[in-house]
Amino acid sequence: MSVRPSDWDVSGGAGLAGAGKTAAALRHDPLGMLGLVLVLLALFCALFGHWIAPDDPFKIHVTDRFQAPSLAHLMGTDNLGRDVLSRVIAGTRIALSIGGSSILIAMTLGLVLGLSAGYGPRWLDNLLLLLFDSVYSFPTVILGLTVMTLLGPSITTLMFVVVVIQTPAYARLIRTATLAAKNTEYILAIRSLGASPARVLVVHVLPNIIGPLFIIASMDIPSVIALEAGLTYLGMGIPPPAPDWGRILQEGFSSIREAPWIVVCGGIPLILTTLGFTFLGESLRDLLDPRLRRIV
Amino acid sequence: MTVLFAAIHAIPGDPAIIMLGSRATPEMRERLSREMGLDQPVPIQLVKFLTRVAEGDLGTDVWTKRSVGAIVMETLPNTLVLILTALSWAALVGIPLGCYSAIRRNSFIDKFTGVLSVGTISIPSFVVAIYALLLFAIQIGWFPVIGAGADGDLPDQLWHLVLPSFAVGLGWVGYLARIVRASMLEVMAENHIRTARAFGLPEPKIILHYALRIAILPTVTLLALAIGGLLSSAVFAENIFARPGIGKLIVDAANLRNYPVVQGAVLVTVGLFAFAMPVADLIVAWLDPRVRSAL
Repeated sequence: MSVRPSDWDVSGGAGLAGAGKTAAALRHDPLGMLGLVLVLLALFCALFGHWIAPDDPFKIHVTDRFQAPSLAHLMGTDNLGRDVLSRVIAGTRIALSIGGSSILIAMTLGLVLGLSAGYGPRWLDNLLLLLFDSVYSFPTVILGLTVMTLLGPSITTLMFVVVVIQTPAYARLIRTATLAAKNTEYILAIRSLGASPARVLVVHVLPNIIGPLFIIASMDIPSVIALEAGLTYLGMGIPPPAPDWGRILQEGFSSIREAPWIVVCGGIPLILTTLGFTFLGESLRDLLDPRLRRIV
Repeated sequence: MTVLFAAIHAIPGDPAIIMLGSRATPEMRERLSREMGLDQPVPIQLVKFLTRVAEGDLGTDVWTKRSVGAIVMETLPNTLVLILTALSWAALVGIPLGCYSAIRRNSFIDKFTGVLSVGTISIPSFVVAIYALLLFAIQIGWFPVIGAGADGDLPDQLWHLVLPSFAVGLGWVGYLARIVRASMLEVMAENHIRTARAFGLPEPKIILHYALRIAILPTVTLLALAIGGLLSSAVFAENIFARPGIGKLIVDAANLRNYPVVQGAVLVTVGLFAFAMPVADLIVAWLDPRVRSAL
């Protein structure tokens, strides 16, 4: 019963042998390698930031405020004398954890909704499509601002915003893939053997569509990180004193004339992380599933 | 529209309490609730809201008591000018770049465009805006730091437009180049291009007249979708350059919890976004005879 079509086959990336092959191929792609290094750097900072940060990101030294970059403070200090480098490093954890976890939630939700829309009755499909399109009709930042205004800025609301924005995209992808799989011969064969819808979906449809979903979702991490930092920059994201990248930029912006290094250094991790994830995502996508290029 | 209304009403807590703060007396809250029509049953509120919107009335600003419609219409032209300028320069640079990359495939320019487009797409536009402001307005002093220029002074307004439209458009240069390149490669491989070559037509004519005209179609549809992304970038650019516009209006109103203004402004932006779709379809129909005859 485990016949699977090559329609959405991602076997190139599945399993240990596949991973080894992918890593070998990645070595010949300089941009992909650069992306990998940047992503690993970001992950390292997120996991071990508290060990490598030179100072406590929350510690206020009023006498040291607005110190230009020096050996003691590589990225200088902000308006409260806090070490900018330590705050930037601590911000990595916030960015990656919010980005990663909200994308995981959105993927799960998108998977459930997309499978239901693609495999369920017609009315459910139409209803869900209407819902996805309504969310789609809002420009992301405007939708984010609206929700943040209504619910009040907090980490939970921010994650909620990301989930609301990202879910329809994944659900639509899964719906299309499910619709395509639904009428293939092997699914018809399993159904005629009496398999329940749940079994068909989980055991036979899901393995074929989860690979592309993971690739596409990982390519969304940069835009989610940018959205999260952007909303925080506008004062509608994570409340202070959390050393979020958007917050560092916002605080730095108010003293951009006296202390330009704060915005310069606050923007660097955002640029490097988004570039890293994009470069890595692009080359992984091309390596694992070139057909996805057309979908994205 | 109904979704927006539902969203605003689904939230826990009385908007009147949130707006007035915890020290407001019950009488003050009651008066505000009455003014905003919040004391009536929700279905009646919804019907009233929809009728008002249909009549073009977006409500009244809670703080200044001015009509929300008037406030939005004052700021909207600024945002539209910003978005259209950004889109125009992105198209003027991105489309030729994509076209050239497709023709000279694997050349240095092609590879450079590839890296550049991925880079500019992924860098957040508000970081670009802040860096541009710091470098060109504060450090070098070529461009003004804030505002949209004096009323009636066109050169001054254009001068104020340069940096914000640069920041909003930069990501789209790469994106457009990419889309045009991919679609050009596809079109150039088609039979009618081979036929045109066989007839000995000059290469520039084939490229511009036969290939690009078809290759540009996906871009036009994409540009309608782009309005959403551009509006999002405009929110940041307007706030960073303190430029009056709908994005700045929404953020300022959101920070003041000025619900009617947020609601009205969001409604207009969503409407704008929805309006762009059929317009793009019409442009595609105008460009493509096949679509035109199907209409």
